[in-house]
Amino acid sequence: MTMDAVYIILTATLFSISCGLLGAFLLLRRMAMVGDAIAHAVLPGIVIAFLISGSRESVWMIPGAASLGVLTTFLIEFFHRRAGLQTDAAIGVTFTALFAVGIILISVFAGQIDLDQDCVLYGEIAYVPLDVWMTASGEVIGPKALFIALGLLVLNVLFVVLGYRQLLVSTFDPAFAAASGISVVLWNYLLMGAVSFTTVAAFNSVGAILVVALLVVPPATAYLLTHSLKRMLGLTVLFAFLSSACGYVLAVALDGSIAGAIVTCAGGLFVLVWVTQLLLRRKPAKELHPLT
Amino acid sequence: MKFTAENPVVEFHDLTVAYHRKPALWNVDLTLPAGALIGIIGPNGAGKSTLIKAAMGLLPLSSGYVRLFGAELDAVRRRVSYVPQRESVDWDFPASVMDVVLMGRYAGLGLLKRPSAQDREIALNSLEKVGMAGFRNRQIAQLSGGQQQRVFLARALAQEADLYFMDEPFAGVDAATEAAILEILQELTSSGKTVIVVHHDLQSAASFFHWVVLLNMRLVASGPVDEVFTAALLQETYGGRLTVLAEVGELVRKRQISGREKY
Repeated sequence: MTMDAVYIILTATLFSISCGLLGAFLLLRRMAMVGDAIAHAVLPGIVIAFLISGSRESVWMIPGAASLGVLTTFLIEFFHRRAGLQTDAAIGVTFTALFAVGIILISVFAGQIDLDQDCVLYGEIAYVPLDVWMTASGEVIGPKALFIALGLLVLNVLFVVLGYRQLLVSTFDPAFAAASGISVVLWNYLLMGAVSFTTVAAFNSVGAILVVALLVVPPATAYLLTHSLKRMLGLTVLFAFLSSACGYVLAVALDGSIAGAIVTCAGGLFVLVWVTQLLLRRKPAKELHPLT
Repeated sequence: MKFTAENPVVEFHDLTVAYHRKPALWNVDLTLPAGALIGIIGPNGAGKSTLIKAAMGLLPLSSGYVRLFGAELDAVRRRVSYVPQRESVDWDFPASVMDVVLMGRYAGLGLLKRPSAQDREIALNSLEKVGMAGFRNRQIAQLSGGQQQRVFLARALAQEADLYFMDEPFAGVDAATEAAILEILQELTSSGKTVIVVHHDLQSAASFFHWVVLLNMRLVASGPVDEVFTAALLQETYGGRLTVLAEVGELVRKRQISGREKY
């Protein structure tokens, strides 16, 4: 295996663990498609960041996009609570409208230059080993994306470990959490903020479909297998790694898109787990044990 | 008809609550006594759950205010416990019985502190009280309705509060669980704690509670069960619903008979 392969698999794994840890909580909150919404809704943020800075460096793009991501989650909450809209409708209204605003901004202000999501935001994981960080003396330390992925993972692990109990109780029983003095609103925004930041930082390096899929598919596969949140998070990490490694191997064998192959493998693992469960008839023990 | 509690634990002052500008509670003003098992009774949509959610600060108040132990909620939050309706959560959630009961100890923990051995012991004791200690490692997806309700009760007991608000703890549970829950609530009140229960079953209400609040968007009556659980006031609460009215008359008659037999 070449060093490039290791870099790609490692970067994909680190990003997918970040996505999966947050995605598990989104899934349990029935907000799994929020990642998809954020992926679209950040467009105006990118355009505005470009118009202000005049640069296409990710230093500018990521904060611009992330702030729109947070705004998106705020609007979704707002329409859901204040206008009484169902969550899925609130998500649909918000991200399509923001995406459209982004398109108008591009066509009016940035039509002459090459600025769109494909080039700015939707990275390609195959290029990860090409964009490297070097020391002043010109020595190569490693791919930029790998370090971004590592930093992001550290932040997300810290967030989930430190906030584990608050996230657990406000996801399972928000009314009880609020009654016992835990700020449900704050933890919701912290989670959504983390999702925005992670989504944007990750698809800058590895591409959009990959991120949206990694938020949902590995946690969903883990959810099939366990009734314990800690084990679900652990299995999410395992499936994140398996999808990335198998995906890379598959992509090399087919000489195709790595992101596509990783998502295909994640989906394949989901189906495999589901079918295996069906065949083994190991339904989660639903029989009741009445007290007498 | 309204009786004033001496040294009230809970006070509602001119409380009005609205959902999307539609009022759910109008001008409710009442006081509730300490150490009593208190039933909030009224027809569907009468605002029973709304009343205790308002007390727990879970809903914005249109006007009025609530005092618990004579103070604002935030000052006494650790002394107050809330048990939501069982159906309000997803019981397929990946958690064990112990995980859920330990949530009753979270409010006392900071960001970094994990539940201590003592917290675990309190949680386990609470599970023992509801007869579920043997189920502590069971996943909540595998529980029956009655067992779910017992777990919710254990979580509330683990909070070691002085005042309990419970939303329909007797709804949809088997007879054994109903008896077990009632016994626990009676133990709580006999040790001086106050338990306020949203209840929709008129059949059992008269025998369960010391104090009854009759509610139908407005306060109809609040007072000791013997003074307030009368045909006239129940009729006023349930308004011209004939079938209900007939049932109410029957109930009051039965209660008078059984009351005579008892004492």
